[in-house]
Amino acid sequence: MTDTTNATSGDEAVPDEGPETTGSEPGSAEERRRLHDVWVSGTEERFPFSGATNEGAQELLSRADEPALAVQEGVLVVDDYVTDPEVIDEERQIINMGPQHPSTHGVLRLQLELEGETVRRVKPIVGYLHTGMEKTAETLSYSQGSTNVTRMDYLSPFHNELVFSLATEQLLGIDVPPRADAIRVLMTELNRVASHLLWAATMGMDIGALSMMIYGWREREVCLDFFEKTTGLRMNHNYIRPGGVAADLPDGWEEDVEDLIRLVNIGIAEYEELLNENPIFLDRTLGVGVITPDECKAYGITGPIARASGITWDLRKAMPYCGIEQYEFDVPTGLHGDVFDRYIVRMEEIRQSLRIVAQVVEAMPRGDYRNPDPKVTPPPRKRINESMEALIHHFKLFTEGIVVPPGTAYQSVEGPRGELGCYLVSKGGARPWRMHWRAPSFAAVQALPMMMTDALVADVVAALASVDPVLGDVDR
Amino acid sequence: MDVEGIDPSTGTDTAMPLPGSPVVASVLERFPDATYELRAYASSSVTYHAITVPVGDWVAFAEAARDAGFDTFIDIAAVDHYTDAPRFEVALNLLNMEAVERIVVSTRVPYDQPSVPTLTDVFPGANFYEREAFDLIGIEFPGHPDLTRILLPDDWEGHPLRKDYAVGSVPVEFKAGSANL
Repeated sequence: MTDTTNATSGDEAVPDEGPETTGSEPGSAEERRRLHDVWVSGTEERFPFSGATNEGAQELLSRADEPALAVQEGVLVVDDYVTDPEVIDEERQIINMGPQHPSTHGVLRLQLELEGETVRRVKPIVGYLHTGMEKTAETLSYSQGSTNVTRMDYLSPFHNELVFSLATEQLLGIDVPPRADAIRVLMTELNRVASHLLWAATMGMDIGALSMMIYGWREREVCLDFFEKTTGLRMNHNYIRPGGVAADLPDGWEEDVEDLIRLVNIGIAEYEELLNENPIFLDRTLGVGVITPDECKAYGITGPIARASGITWDLRKAMPYCGIEQYEFDVPTGLHGDVFDRYIVRMEEIRQSLRIVAQVVEAMPRGDYRNPDPKVTPPPRKRINESMEALIHHFKLFTEGIVVPPGTAYQSVEGPRGELGCYLVSKGGARPWRMHWRAPSFAAVQALPMMMTDALVADVVAALASVDPVLGDVDR
Repeated sequence: MDVEGIDPSTGTDTAMPLPGSPVVASVLERFPDATYELRAYASSSVTYHAITVPVGDWVAFAEAARDAGFDTFIDIAAVDHYTDAPRFEVALNLLNMEAVERIVVSTRVPYDQPSVPTLTDVFPGANFYEREAFDLIGIEFPGHPDLTRILLPDDWEGHPLRKDYAVGSVPVEFKAGSANL
């Protein structure tokens, strides 16, 4: 609070007392909210932030009114670290981990209050990657929308495209052909494999198993090669679109996928040989970053983290999409909710996803891969020469876009990080009125204090890695 | 009661007066002002329950839903229905894992009082989501422990996801190209 002159450089002459007009106490939640109301420079409020530090609202709350502490009292943390009851304030220090930190998986900033090596409080600060993609979505047509959303969670682009397409289809009230459903399942499950492999690589490196970085990337590359062959791009595919998929699978895709299944299965067997009984890996992961099922539910944590805590919930089973219920697969769950269980659950999910993929290869239906509705799918090039209607539809689709009736839709799929949802509001026309993204990483980042409080600094890295946050997904 | 809070959905059985799900019905019967609609996922038999409540029932409904088993917090979405009468919509998304049901509860608040009581006491996970709604749409959540901007910088002016907030653009100068390419 003493560092206000930096915040308002050039205005040192003004006494630095903060706004005194309100009755509320400086630093209280009410006061802070008032400070963040819209204000216009040049109006009577002289220095709206002069009462705060130059970090604005991004400082830790005072311990007295820290709500997270009250919530955390319900958490059973067996605190076996030696704490001196007479810790003087100078031994408490606040450390910023990130935003530029190699183990934060992007630009996440964690404000840690340390007592020696022990983390006493954590505050995640996000927004460094915010690019206003939800606003951008309102300016793009539905056919352009999947290009936008695929860049949100850049490690699971197919899931983003799928949930956007499904939400649009829900508003349109259309189905897609069985082949399109099967291709969507194939690509999203392979994407889950690729995402979990990258997670294994970065997670291994974060906790010191450096060779995991090479191995995980190696197997992920096999998946990305197949994506590139199918969609033309390694990431940000814009392949799954409202009404179906952009193109059919390439020739010889069955052999490619079978090779992929074989190579990835060999790969994950290697990882497990490397890690499962590795004493260092076990020391770093067992009992670290625990989160209970009740906390998962209260904080909206889904996906592998919730399943590692013992919640048997998978949207592919509970609320299936794209006919995924016709394939046989198991939902792995853990018992302890620690980093090691998340590792085990994700490895098993890779196997189960490959199992689904193998069944898709067996049972891929023939037929069209796009909805035949001319208001949704552009006509083939040849038809434009023959049919006036096809020409008009083609023109309307590429100038105006898909016209969607008014309505509100929520659609969710099981992404690699948990429930990925799209809340789509249409007022008619070719552009969404509002697109809200339910990002699984956003919920997971919020719950990081649950996993990190009263642990060691080194465990912060392990817990963060196990959450697998993608900051493009958090900040959008 | 503002029935237009939720637009008519498509492809669903909108005529259903009461939910077929007993767990949803048990919550709804305590809130006579609520409206109800069943919606279906795309290409699927999966359904979810869209409910609107007056803002006065917001916290009470969330508590009732939580106690009825809708204890998994999923999402809070905010929408600016610019030019419609109660301008802002806040939609809460909850899951019941035992009954395998999803509810999307929404409420509408007017422009001159964009204020919805906080749900952080019911679902601690609402914290970040309410900060996001405050940051991008400008809805206030009285009682929220730390209602500050979350995605935008602290000194940002305005709430960009409001419909009267311009998209903005950078002018690009297109210079005359050579005709002989």
